[in-house]
Amino acid sequence: MSAPTYDLGKLHGGLRLDAHKSQSTARPIMDVPVPGQLVLPISQHVGDPAQPIIGIGEYVLKGQLIAEAHGTLGAPVHASSSGKVVSIEPWPVARRFGETAPCIVIECDGKDRPVELAETPPAFDELPPDVLLQKILHGGIVGLGGAVFPTAQKLMQATTCELDCLLLNGVECEPYISCDDVLMRERAEQVVGGAQILMHALSLDRCYVVVESDKPDALHRLGEVMTELDDKRLVLKLVPTIYPSGGEDQLVQLVTNREVPSGGLPSDVGCLVQNVGTAAAVHDWIHDQEPLISRITTITGNGVAAPMNVRARIGTTVADIVNFAGGYTEHASQLIMGGPMTGKSVNTDRVPLVKATNCVLIMSETPSPGPEMPCIRCGECAAVCPVQLLPQQLFWYACADDEKSMRSYGLTDCIECGCCDLVCPSHIPLTADFRMAKGRIRELADEKARAVRARLRFEARNERLERDKLQREQELERQKEHARAAGPAAIAEILKRKQQQEEDEDRS
Amino acid sequence: MKFVRHEAPYLAPKTGVASMMQQVLFALVPAALVHVWYFGPGFIFNLIVASTFCIAGEAIVMRVRGRPPVKALSDYSALVTAALLAFALPSLTPWWVTATGALFGIVVAKHLYGGLGFNVFNPAMAGYVVILVAFPTHLNLWVAPRMGDIDYQYLSILQTLNFTIMGTLPDAVTLDAISRATPLDVMKSGLNNMRTIVEIRALPLMGDFGGRGWEWVGNLTLLGGFWLLIRKIIRWHIPAGVGVGLLLPATIMYMVGPDSHPGPAFHLFAGSTMLCAFFIATDPVSAATSPKGRFIYGMGIGFLIYAIRRWGAYSDGVAFAVLIMNMAVPAIDYLTRPHIVGHDVQGQQR
Repeated sequence: MSAPTYDLGKLHGGLRLDAHKSQSTARPIMDVPVPGQLVLPISQHVGDPAQPIIGIGEYVLKGQLIAEAHGTLGAPVHASSSGKVVSIEPWPVARRFGETAPCIVIECDGKDRPVELAETPPAFDELPPDVLLQKILHGGIVGLGGAVFPTAQKLMQATTCELDCLLLNGVECEPYISCDDVLMRERAEQVVGGAQILMHALSLDRCYVVVESDKPDALHRLGEVMTELDDKRLVLKLVPTIYPSGGEDQLVQLVTNREVPSGGLPSDVGCLVQNVGTAAAVHDWIHDQEPLISRITTITGNGVAAPMNVRARIGTTVADIVNFAGGYTEHASQLIMGGPMTGKSVNTDRVPLVKATNCVLIMSETPSPGPEMPCIRCGECAAVCPVQLLPQQLFWYACADDEKSMRSYGLTDCIECGCCDLVCPSHIPLTADFRMAKGRIRELADEKARAVRARLRFEARNERLERDKLQREQELERQKEHARAAGPAAIAEILKRKQQQEEDEDRS
Repeated sequence: MKFVRHEAPYLAPKTGVASMMQQVLFALVPAALVHVWYFGPGFIFNLIVASTFCIAGEAIVMRVRGRPPVKALSDYSALVTAALLAFALPSLTPWWVTATGALFGIVVAKHLYGGLGFNVFNPAMAGYVVILVAFPTHLNLWVAPRMGDIDYQYLSILQTLNFTIMGTLPDAVTLDAISRATPLDVMKSGLNNMRTIVEIRALPLMGDFGGRGWEWVGNLTLLGGFWLLIRKIIRWHIPAGVGVGLLLPATIMYMVGPDSHPGPAFHLFAGSTMLCAFFIATDPVSAATSPKGRFIYGMGIGFLIYAIRRWGAYSDGVAFAVLIMNMAVPAIDYLTRPHIVGHDVQGQQR
């Protein structure tokens, strides 16, 4: 293996943030024991929720399919341990919209009995790529970097494009989070193995394994494994420690110097990005037949007694994980699912660990920066924006609800990384405002679409009425014509009949 | 266990407007001290008068606008306006002249446009220009700089205070005896009288390169400016733009006619070029925002300063140059919008 190549900053802006990662990387990955109860949301991915295929009271085994992929961009859900399904009910979850979501609740029996596995699966390189893709689809694997895009569909979409490289994302640029770091340190074989499977599935012969410069141990381990494998297709890449270099589009830009088109995908410029955790999950599924029923997550922050990385079953509640990590400290006042820049704050520790949960951050209250001040146009936000937007202008247009300008100034290209928020001297919650404005843009687009539909309906109705009227007139004309053709005798006959009819009615 | 909820990101912001403004004020301290040393205590009285009226004006106008005055006053921006105005004024300025400038800057140029963040024009410069146009004779009373070797007549602290408040001088002292033209004035009138640069520069008032006293105020303003750059309160684009915009024509003209055109160093250190480059033009609210736009904005100011000094009626043109470029900001911002990543790119593979 050649020495890692170092790509320096083709990325605009970004921030150097305090990493806060050493707290959680001091200990090895620990396994959280089977909890008493597992809570499995049927929607742990983007796209349509999975369809439950088990009944209440049914006994399920570890690894058993309990909800199958359904609709567009679906992904199946598997039971993470053995036990009895007690309910399918709304449960508090960490998600962007809404507080609760339907979850399958399993009362574990603690025996952790696995499903019967087929005897040794065929080696992945004996399978044709399309069969391999189908197989990946059934593993319930989604992007573990946080975007939870179903992996199989992402790969299938990518096969329709002309790809030239796979990027394995081990950058993990957000502070506090270290699950990918420890994964690369402790399970580098699986990560690289997963990369080989993915390359085979896509018929690619180039894979860049990208690691941030502040993870020397992970880099070293990966280097060792790659040297051992002597796979010429794998190349180790080092990127500078700048947040948000690990964003998908940002990573493509950093490593290949290609810009992902606005509204497009990395596959539009010939790249496919997969998180290192996803690659390891693919390896576990294809090689060991273990579907995605557990993941490594970082539990950290000054609110937890023993910050560490744990391997926990999907569906384990945060309360159980915190118990395992020594419980809360007196600083625990915020619970964030994800990192401190993009995570989602929740109000209860009843929420389960889901496939997306790369970090459980429990920390003290963010010190109040004081009241929001007017924007002084200092431009610091624009200086740090990795997409080179002008947040100060966008903020202005968002306040004015100026949809056209918001679009032309690229609001929809905002990746919500939060950099502008952190540098704003006026303490304007720009990211939150932009999230809201994006919702507003969607709303306006919906409104417009509704208006168009209403207009079409109205026009169709007018047309119909017009047509009916015309038809009636034609019918009348036809009848008149008919009568005229029949002659006066017939008309008299008809009139007489009509009179007779009226008289009959009068009598009755 | 229950937790409080917030919106991402959850990390505390790095700076605040108030702390930025405080640092700007702090960076002005060395220049202010030298200013007092060379031009007497009048600067302090001007600063007090300007600050009082800026703060009072802002408080009253906020109340009239139905907003809490503390919210505006706690950002220290009114004090920065007052400080910049005080630097622009001669050390002997009657209080009502200063007050007019301060009130116009704060009430009209700042709050009638919507307050901090919405003002199109730099409030200090708008206030200064109004009094410059309205009371030109009162803005000519620069006292002679401390000369060391040459004995001039100076006013004491109390006499200066008396002039600031009452507008009267002690008996037997005339304005002519204590006031001097500024180096820029001397240069302008000297050149108009067909004297050569060498002759003009030989006057003791002209100092070593930028005018007695002025050059040291300039040096320490530069120092404060560098400190702001290091603290990342300002970025380099505007000061560099002002420098290039001013030095380019100044150097070319100096090389073409060294007898009738003062050298680049004189332009940089005479008058308030340094103050403009680091403290006035860098006011973020009224400046352009993108790096390229800021450089262009600075260059425009630099060039206009030169043009006004060379061909205009005023000996220094900083205030006018800044206000004119303030007007150009929306156009500059529009024309220098950065390329948004991912826009106008085609899939390179297809």
